[in-house]
Amino acid sequence: MLKLENIWKTFNAGTINEKVALQNLSLTMEEGDFVTVIGGNGAGKSTMLNAVAGVFGVDSGKILIDGVDVTNLPEYKRAKYIGRVFQDPMMGTAATMQIEENLALAARRGQSRTLRAGITRAEREAYMEQLKILGLGLENRMTAKVGLLSGGQRQALTLLMATLQRPKLLLLDEHTAALDPKTAAKVLDATQRIVEKDNLTTLMITHNMRDAIAYGNRLIMMYEGHVVVDVSGEEKKKLTVEQLLNLFSQASGSDEVDDKMVLS
Amino acid sequence: MTSFLNAMPGAVAQGLIWGIMAIGVYLTYQILSISDLTVDGSFCTGGAVCVVMMTAGYNVWVAMLAAALAGMLAGLATGFFHTKCGIPAILSGILTQLGLWSVNLAIMDMKSNIPLNVNNYDVLISLRYLQEVQKGTRPFWQHPILVVSVFTLAVIGVLYWFFGTERGCSIRATGANPNMARAQGINTSFNQVLGLALANALVALSGSLLCQYNGFAEINMGRGAIVIGLAAIIIGEVAFGKLFRNFGLKLLAVSLGAIIYYVVIQFVISQFKMNTNYMKLISALIVALFLAIPYWKQQYFHKKGKVRQNA
Repeated sequence: MLKLENIWKTFNAGTINEKVALQNLSLTMEEGDFVTVIGGNGAGKSTMLNAVAGVFGVDSGKILIDGVDVTNLPEYKRAKYIGRVFQDPMMGTAATMQIEENLALAARRGQSRTLRAGITRAEREAYMEQLKILGLGLENRMTAKVGLLSGGQRQALTLLMATLQRPKLLLLDEHTAALDPKTAAKVLDATQRIVEKDNLTTLMITHNMRDAIAYGNRLIMMYEGHVVVDVSGEEKKKLTVEQLLNLFSQASGSDEVDDKMVLS
Repeated sequence: MTSFLNAMPGAVAQGLIWGIMAIGVYLTYQILSISDLTVDGSFCTGGAVCVVMMTAGYNVWVAMLAAALAGMLAGLATGFFHTKCGIPAILSGILTQLGLWSVNLAIMDMKSNIPLNVNNYDVLISLRYLQEVQKGTRPFWQHPILVVSVFTLAVIGVLYWFFGTERGCSIRATGANPNMARAQGINTSFNQVLGLALANALVALSGSLLCQYNGFAEINMGRGAIVIGLAAIIIGEVAFGKLFRNFGLKLLAVSLGAIIYYVVIQFVISQFKMNTNYMKLISALIVALFLAIPYWKQQYFHKKGKVRQNA
């Protein structure tokens, strides 16, 4: 479903701040794969997701989604294939617009925006049903401005928006990192349900090793801009945090492990 | 006081005309979150095109349509600078505005002022009509306040419809959160250009009405238009913000804000016998003050929060 071939990406090339973020990164995801991504700060996790989403172009390499070469497509055109939830709860929704308006915008992802009504009565009823699934009571606040919602509610809403129009690929960039543990668990739970229900091909970055092990059918670890550990199937199910740390030090050739990863 | 009351209808009519320009500024400033300085130039472009077309014998409606299209082109230029050349929006507007100075003069055959004699041309509104309706020599429905009010309501109606469509909603999303908009497959660059073109079409339309009303087009007629637009938006928000929630009513508030602005200015001029040349300074200071208030409020509350934490 997703194929990354030898991706290179350097930021601020030729300056003192030069940073090679992706180094010959290759990754292939099958239809229905739920891949969790872990790695230290600066390992290139977010850069990989943003490169797939088209936030910036890559220096070399190829990106294919469902066989279509999207390497040179602008972000808004790739959105046709991709649903995204960001780390920052403010980023995925339009705060000054209503809940139902945000949903209506998302429902038209990948379609041309015409002079037809921006939202119809039938849609409103459908969204109400969809919001009920989230279990946050948002179905009673359809015309409330999204800016009034809490971070957790906004992330749950963004998740619904990302999947309202079934995406070929769902990208989750530490989408629970900014939430308190209780809310994070709820949003993760909702994520799991939605991914399973629609059998979505999902790429989820997390800084929490336990979550990385608990969710998905495949786990990859990134280091210095490429994949160093790739575990799936039965092997992943039996994985422990300790084993994961060992795998990491073997792969990276050092036993320095990011503090954040151990703590979480 | 009598001189003020006598001048009231004129002030209201002017406010209504400028209100259409202010609605254009609202589209860029509030909806697209772009400070578009093109308006200082495109306002005059509208007036110049309208007067030149009318003196060449074209019908007033054709002249106004041409004015709106010319304003649209000015908006397209700014949009091109911003989205295709990567120039910051505010600077793009300044560049277009500067360039328009020459363009406007060229439209007016290199003259800084072109008269449009109300006796010779069939204009939609005129200061003369206003006086004649008051004297009773003209039917009431030709009163400029009535004509421009209908015009304004029509503009608000069309905008209300448009910003409820899929395309209109996507423009609102572009202004509210461009990251989200792109993630939802919205071409934010295209929408910015479209919004700028639409806004400047309205600004030019307003300019074409003002030159009919005044009976001339003049190269300086748009100077400071952006400030008047912002003043109208702010006054409208302060006066009606709590009351008007609906998008259409918010646009109406902008128009009412422009009227209040002109009535207040008329009051100051006639009560204090002030030199009108000081009006731009006063307008600038008033707008600066109102723009500063939200910032000061935030600073104040921020400090209060800190004190509480230490205690």
